[in-house]
Amino acid sequence: MSVVVVGYVPNPRGRAALEHAVAEAHRRDALLVVVNSSRGDALVDEEFLRGDQLRALHDELAASGLRTEVRQPVRGRDVAEELSAVCTETGAELLVIGLKRRSAVGKLLMGSAAQRILLDVECPVLGVKSPPREG
Amino acid sequence: MAISDLLGGFADAITPVNLFFALLGVVLGTAVGVLPGIGPSMTVALLLPATFVLEPTAALIMFAGIYYGGMYGGSTTSILLNTPGESASIMTALEGNKMAKAGRGSAALATAAIGSFVAGTIATLLLALVAPTLVDLAIGVTTADYFALAVLAFVAVATVLGSSPLRGLASLCLGLYLGLVGTDVLTGQERFTLGVPQLSDGIDVVVVAVALFAVGESLYVASRLRKGSVQVIDHKGSWMTREDLRRSWKPWLRGTALGFPFGVMPAGGAEIPTFLSYATEKKLTRHPEEFGKGAIEGVAGPEAANNASAAGVLVPLLTLGIPTSATAAIILAAFQGYGIQPGPTLLTTEGPLVWALIASLFIGNVMLIVLNLPLVGLWVKLLKIPRPYLYAGILLFASLGSFAVNADPLDLVILLVLGLLGFAMRRFGWPVAPAVIGLILGPIAETNLRRALAISDGDLGVLVDTWFSRVVLLLALLALVVPVVLRAVRGRRATPEEVAREQEEDREVQKAANREGWGA
Repeated sequence: MSVVVVGYVPNPRGRAALEHAVAEAHRRDALLVVVNSSRGDALVDEEFLRGDQLRALHDELAASGLRTEVRQPVRGRDVAEELSAVCTETGAELLVIGLKRRSAVGKLLMGSAAQRILLDVECPVLGVKSPPREG
Repeated sequence: MAISDLLGGFADAITPVNLFFALLGVVLGTAVGVLPGIGPSMTVALLLPATFVLEPTAALIMFAGIYYGGMYGGSTTSILLNTPGESASIMTALEGNKMAKAGRGSAALATAAIGSFVAGTIATLLLALVAPTLVDLAIGVTTADYFALAVLAFVAVATVLGSSPLRGLASLCLGLYLGLVGTDVLTGQERFTLGVPQLSDGIDVVVVAVALFAVGESLYVASRLRKGSVQVIDHKGSWMTREDLRRSWKPWLRGTALGFPFGVMPAGGAEIPTFLSYATEKKLTRHPEEFGKGAIEGVAGPEAANNASAAGVLVPLLTLGIPTSATAAIILAAFQGYGIQPGPTLLTTEGPLVWALIASLFIGNVMLIVLNLPLVGLWVKLLKIPRPYLYAGILLFASLGSFAVNADPLDLVILLVLGLLGFAMRRFGWPVAPAVIGLILGPIAETNLRRALAISDGDLGVLVDTWFSRVVLLLALLALVVPVVLRAVRGRRATPEEVAREQEEDREVQKAANREGWGA
């Protein structure tokens, strides 16, 4: 059974990643593992799904007709570490992540989660900026 | 005449520099009020070194703004996150968060902010009216009387704050001991200096306060940093309907009436009046069915009470020089840093300063309501700061501030040692406030005691010579005995239903408190 892993956050870039991942999982007839992690060290993390947002995600995944799994690890590790851990554990065939446009200076200051993921993860990585085109 | 003095105070407070520091104070205060685990006392302690460069008026205006702002900010997190930012906001979380969940978050925020404003304004007005009268009474106070007052403050703070009187007293003794370190003023003997020359001037109050509040708290938070975040509830709905206002104004006034006297009393603090106000509103409400589901009275009353008590605390501080809360004790230390001794003579010797301070409280209150209501979203954003960053910053500031006092590396060692002590106190449920009050008020009480004894030639009878000191010492005795007796009596009298009901309420409070690891 092949596995597609996607890093999901509730914003346009997360949506884009999710839609690509659903399409890829259909194409490969794979299990879709949605990872929404939080480092959990701030009192408020708006990127961590809960309540209505979480229910909406579950509904959407159920509607896709795929076999899916949602993981929400909160272990004090950052998103790159969590994603590569999940990829290794599931033996993922593909990892889908959303990319944010960053200037060189911005990247220098804030670091880049995407870059770390590319360097850490063993499997192929699909980086997307916008949802798949219709058709 | 109080009114003309107050107007003079306004004239001083409205200068651009003082307005700026008032604004800075309320902004900082609101921010630390919003952030759980960081309170006004820690902030004022961290900013004590700033008094070396600031003018007294500006510094005190800023500290008072922080103190008031903290009371406002605490309500925001209580309501939107069910995580009280301050212990005085625990009761607000009970009803406020339920209101937010029911889609009435905006109304809860509005009643909390407007209630705080109303209570703060009325209580500051009371402060302005009461202070001169109290000073007239206090002017005849002898050194023995002053010692009695200090004893009352010690005992009351130790037995009423915190989880057990014994721990409070132990913490108080610790503070008194730290206050002893240094050269004895009257005889010139060195006490507990361990032969270390730097200690002969005593341990700087700044270092102790920063160590106990900032370092101890940071270590404690770090030791039990919980992973995971909480959900922010959107504030929806209209700010305040006519119905809300009709149901809120009485609780506001009742909360003020409860909060102010409790603030004035030694160790009244802000927690007890909020508990009482909540209980009162629950009894008097016409909508008992709404309590526990989001009754607006349960937000309006306690929020008014905690702000009124903040003003009340300033009464004994400014008229007698007796601090009744940890923040007040540190403000007292700031006064001392400027060579100003708060006491009955403060209003006569430093009149313009005190009136500018009081006037700035009015101004700060207006600033706070303007800052709080429209900017709620901004304050909530502060909570997205990862806590490791926050506490690392606090530790940096703490070290910097302590080093700045004397530019002596030994202070950093003391800071760390006392910080570990503060951590242990926090870990084992010893309240920190009695230690700080003991540290700051202890030397003042000692001086007064020794002067009284010197005048009487060592006759202890002088301590109970006046009616004033007799009454005050009796009150101190009662403050020591009554909580213990009450505990024993209450244990026997409660019926099973009462116990069950109380436990239910306790659980709610405990849940709110535990979330941020206060052992309430």
